[in-house]
Amino acid sequence: MHASYTNYLRMDHIPHMWCPGCGIGIIIKAVLRAFDALEWSADDIAFISGIGCTSRSPGYLDMHTLHTTHGRALSFATGVKFSRPDKHVVVISGDGDAAAIGGNHLIHSCRRNIDITLIIVNNYIYGMTGGQYSPTTPIGARAATSPWGNVDTPFNISELAKGAGATYVARGYVGSGVQLERLIRGGLTHKGFSVIEVLSNCHTQFGRRNRLADPIDLINSISESTVNVKKAEKMSPEELKGKYIVGLLHQDEEHPEYCEAYEQVIERAQLAR
Amino acid sequence: MDNTETKEHQVVFWSGNQIVAEAAIAGGCRFFAGYPITPSSEIAHVMSKRLPEVRGKFIQMEDEIAAMGAIIGASLTGERPMTATSGPGFSLKQENIGYACMIETPCVIVNVMRGGPSTGLPTALGQADVMQARWGTHGDRPVIALTPAYLEEVYSEVIRAFNLAEMLRMPVFVLIDEVLGHLSERVEIPDPSEYELIERPRPIAPPEEYVPYDSSLGDVPPIADYFTGYRWHTTGLNHDKTGFPTTDPDICQFEEERMMRKVTNHLDIIESYDEFMTEDAEIGVIAFGSTARAAMVAIADARDRGIKAGLLRPITLWPFPEEPVRKLDQHVKAIVVPEANLGQMIYEVERIAGCNGPVVGVNKVGGVPIYPGEILSKIEEVA
Repeated sequence: MHASYTNYLRMDHIPHMWCPGCGIGIIIKAVLRAFDALEWSADDIAFISGIGCTSRSPGYLDMHTLHTTHGRALSFATGVKFSRPDKHVVVISGDGDAAAIGGNHLIHSCRRNIDITLIIVNNYIYGMTGGQYSPTTPIGARAATSPWGNVDTPFNISELAKGAGATYVARGYVGSGVQLERLIRGGLTHKGFSVIEVLSNCHTQFGRRNRLADPIDLINSISESTVNVKKAEKMSPEELKGKYIVGLLHQDEEHPEYCEAYEQVIERAQLAR
Repeated sequence: MDNTETKEHQVVFWSGNQIVAEAAIAGGCRFFAGYPITPSSEIAHVMSKRLPEVRGKFIQMEDEIAAMGAIIGASLTGERPMTATSGPGFSLKQENIGYACMIETPCVIVNVMRGGPSTGLPTALGQADVMQARWGTHGDRPVIALTPAYLEEVYSEVIRAFNLAEMLRMPVFVLIDEVLGHLSERVEIPDPSEYELIERPRPIAPPEEYVPYDSSLGDVPPIADYFTGYRWHTTGLNHDKTGFPTTDPDICQFEEERMMRKVTNHLDIIESYDEFMTEDAEIGVIAFGSTARAAMVAIADARDRGIKAGLLRPITLWPFPEEPVRKLDQHVKAIVVPEANLGQMIYEVERIAGCNGPVVGVNKVGGVPIYPGEILSKIEEVA
């Protein structure tokens, strides 16, 4: 089994700009395998990002790619999707981009349940700007702006998305590319707003400051921090402390999708004329 | 039969904000994203009702920034989108406005100006976003800002804003103010045959040959709609003609200068102004928007008192109509610049008018209009 993901790449723009060992490559590969498995044409996909290391990925993908402003990718994506509900709109974002500066667009996109798939690469740090702590940096972790240890309570992005009304929420991690592809594929085919949080390694900015400078060490450490959703059901809150539950966390196929709901608005207005 | 056959015009008595919305629909707008803000909200009200009637889309976004992002996204699919806001919202949109300039995406932004910095005077008149419209976003970029003074002109300028945005692949501002937004007056709605809807240049080359910022095709390269087979990359980073990031100093310089030329080389289609009794004027008055209406009354009153005053009214505030100011400056002994701010447009007038005579402002920021008598007093003072 060898998925043909290279069809979706702009090979003339490779090599990429990410650090050797970066988890983003694993994630992009999972996304492209999912596109391939679904036989989606690149002509039908808009791939949209904000600012940061993760947000540089559209440049390498041969589709409609939009590298926007910091935190705002979802608002641009909403404009694209609402104009063309028949097409696929995928957003990729880092933890700072999605949950800090873009936090408002994140929760409202969840609430709106517009059929966009959001992949959040959570590497617990602002990588591109030089390793500042982000809204997902664990308590006690060191960052360029928390040299004495982070005291800022992190978000649980998946729980946030679920609480805000996203109708598909999954968490994967770079240590398990096969599961990740399956979770992404589930999000892509889900009708409604889908969030796939991916725990990823930034050994350069996060690991280096937290005794995990080797990418394999950091990836292993992330893998060890995860618990599968099935297994987690049988665990106590104490046992789950500090663990990240991975797998499909939430799916609601009943809640109306925004663009479809708006079609009814148009029909109502037409009837009233 | 007379070939200027009179059209059956719909005559309406609408507010300025309603005129903006109806003109946008007439101008081909089928996508509006907005956020509630006084005194522009009625534009969103009308759009939310009218757009679904014409199978268009209205969306109320979570904030001003998102509304700006959404219209850029819509524009990339080929829509002629609009958003409307007021001072604080215009401030919030500025980063994404710069982005629209950088990626060269057509869109229309209406700013119904209110009083004061910060929250200021939400329900009252201001004209203090003159310089924000010009310089509000970081970096250099071309700018077009239209400032109609009558509701009939609001209608035609909103349609023109869409056409200019499309022709030049850039955001276009329509700056009205609270007075124009909320006053109602009689407007004859033109028949669609009386104006043209101009579309953005789209590529003729096949997708494999498409270069999104190819200046060999002129300073306004064709733009491909999403999902039409043209897969191109868009970034707010400085980019070369292919759309991909570059830090090459010569390319960055070239591309930024090309963007500016979209305005400076098309003044013939962009620049617009109106003159009232300037021919023999000895005192020039330069005013825009609702303030220009008060200036007209002041000029008529001045003429009654034997003072030859005349009005130059910029309809394009940006690019600022330089030649008409220069021409006026040659035969007047003073220029009066009334504006509902503490002196913004006057900088442009001073820059252009030279030293032929004094350039004096009439400035009010308390939320009430500048009255004709106040302009008249200044005219008399310098006469």
